[in-house]
Amino acid sequence: MSVTQEQAFSPANPDSAAIKVAAHDVSVFYGEKRALDGIDLDIRVNEVTALIGPSGCGKSTFLRSLNRMNDLIEGCRVTGNITLDGQDIYDVELDPVQLRARVGMVFQKPNPFPKSIFDNVAYGPRIHGLAEGGDALEEIVVGSLERAGLWSEVKDRLKEPGTGLSGGQQQRLCIARAIAVAPEVILMDEPCSALDPIATARIEELIDELRQNFTIVIVTHSMQQAARVSQRTAFFHLGDLVEIGGTEQIFTNPKQKLTQGYITGRFG
Amino acid sequence: MSELTNAMASSPSIEAKVEAKLARRRAAERRFRAAGFGAIAIAIGFLIVLLGSIIAKGYPAFVQTEIRMPIYFSPEIIDPSGQREPSALASADYGQLARQALIGQLGLQDPDRGTRRQLSALLSQGNDVVLRKMVLDDPALIGTTQEVWLPAPAALDQLIKGHMAREADKGGQFNERQLGWIDQLSAQGLLQKRFNQWLFSNGDSRQPELAGLKGAIVGSFFSLLVTLVLSFPLGVATAVYLEEFAPKNRWTDLIEVNINNLAAVPSIVFGLLALAIFLNVFGLPRSAPLVGGLTLTLVSLPTIIIAARASLKAVPPWIREAALGLGASRLQMVTHHVLPLAMPGILTGSIIGMARALGESAPLLMIGMVAFIVDVPATPMDPATVLPVQVYLWNASPERAFVEKASAAIIVLLVFLIVMNAAAIYLRKKFERRW
Repeated sequence: MSVTQEQAFSPANPDSAAIKVAAHDVSVFYGEKRALDGIDLDIRVNEVTALIGPSGCGKSTFLRSLNRMNDLIEGCRVTGNITLDGQDIYDVELDPVQLRARVGMVFQKPNPFPKSIFDNVAYGPRIHGLAEGGDALEEIVVGSLERAGLWSEVKDRLKEPGTGLSGGQQQRLCIARAIAVAPEVILMDEPCSALDPIATARIEELIDELRQNFTIVIVTHSMQQAARVSQRTAFFHLGDLVEIGGTEQIFTNPKQKLTQGYITGRFG
Repeated sequence: MSELTNAMASSPSIEAKVEAKLARRRAAERRFRAAGFGAIAIAIGFLIVLLGSIIAKGYPAFVQTEIRMPIYFSPEIIDPSGQREPSALASADYGQLARQALIGQLGLQDPDRGTRRQLSALLSQGNDVVLRKMVLDDPALIGTTQEVWLPAPAALDQLIKGHMAREADKGGQFNERQLGWIDQLSAQGLLQKRFNQWLFSNGDSRQPELAGLKGAIVGSFFSLLVTLVLSFPLGVATAVYLEEFAPKNRWTDLIEVNINNLAAVPSIVFGLLALAIFLNVFGLPRSAPLVGGLTLTLVSLPTIIIAARASLKAVPPWIREAALGLGASRLQMVTHHVLPLAMPGILTGSIIGMARALGESAPLLMIGMVAFIVDVPATPMDPATVLPVQVYLWNASPERAFVEKASAAIIVLLVFLIVMNAAAIYLRKKFERRW
């Protein structure tokens, strides 16, 4: 079972409006503090959805509620309803471990394990039992590194520690690690904020390529990045979803004054 | 540029203030450094005095004055019946063999009762033990003559080592005639200071020349083994549970506070607890290394838990996020990533906890490991003592020879501690990983 064959959905879905993840009336509380207030947001299949907004607006909180990483935070509570392919992800029957195999995540700071490059990518397939035998595992690792655009740079040093790579390479390694599990959705939490412009450009290209096979949600502080990589953009402000629409529409013709103020740099 | 310089020069008062303040700041820094240097110098001075005095007192105990004698293993004395029965061999008067050999060695013809009594001061009561062991190990010795180095009695040992005056009025224990014999043996090269094999091959003894550390070393080993087997897994499991799994609430806070407090509880209190529970309730044997190990587990557990928790805390949170984000379960996250990264710190903390347990004596006094035990323990259930308690026992003894032994035991204990600490440093360096 290789990565390319493992797709629960059709990559060439003609109906671009097919909804992958649907959030309905989602509120998130940290203790008594409400971080998100009644968010309704749909993520469409094979699109890049960018979440933008000033610091503390709740965009990362929303992202982390999509694969239940918020469960790990003490005192965090999520209400409302989030579905993945129509299935409630906060169902008590659903194991978050299973969910996270379907919804992968790339973090702000490149965080490869202090293990070899090979072991970094092989870790996910190993714990989920995706590969039977060493050859199949190697196939997944090579395929994932190739799709993350890292293969040519690391093919001779798979045994070296992943932490020895440059920042941009580390982040691409983390992307390879995430796609090795063959998730359906990839969440990216400001994946380029710790990288230089050249490394950022490479990751952005990569995101565009990955869109063919994955549904991507990206949180970013850079409005240029949102404009470059995403098809749809959602603008968050103080825990509210102010506006969501096609990226072009949001950046050229926002419906809300608040959105206009933010994208033109008047605040935020 | 020049304008700026002019502007600065135009306000000399600020410059002067900074200058004046700077001198005081520098002086304060110099004083601080001098104080720090002084503190370290004093600490090193104390360390040198301490180690110096222990080594100076203890090193003579590593050698033992011995007398070489041709022992004739006379069948008439050892085994008059000729049956080679072990019970008969064990109960024979082996001291007699040494006495006859010494008489022969000094060339005395048919000595009278008084002479014999004076001669016995040159013979250790331990000769009996040494020679009996030789015969029981190898009965074929009977009827042969062997050159044997026998331990000299403690008084003779102290005289040869120069710790006792020859003259009776200065505390000497030998009369002119005995001194003559000693000089005669010395001149023949039959009286020598040799490496003290009994120090490491014997258990405790009433005879200083035969008293050894083997019982205490084996007792310490068994105790530490029990401690390690219990406290390492228990401590690490507790730390992992509290750090990675337990919800943060009032109960876990209470447990944390209690663990921290237990680390500060005087160890003798743990000894009382062990006495009450392990001996009185569970009825485990008194003086056994098993109970010693259980007691030391109580002493070292808080230390190990605290060290392990600190190491787990030091593992950056993004390692956990990375693992969980890939769909690892919490247990997989801990066993695959967090624990391996925390292991160097946990090992270091555990070894230091073990080293503390090795040096612990007070709680073991409570459970009876302070008894006088000659036999080397064969299992953790046999009565035994441990190194620090052996130091305490010997140091409390009035004989100079035992005090010397106590210092030797301290040196052995320190060597073990240094080895354990070196192992801790080595493990930390070896498994240390950067991230």
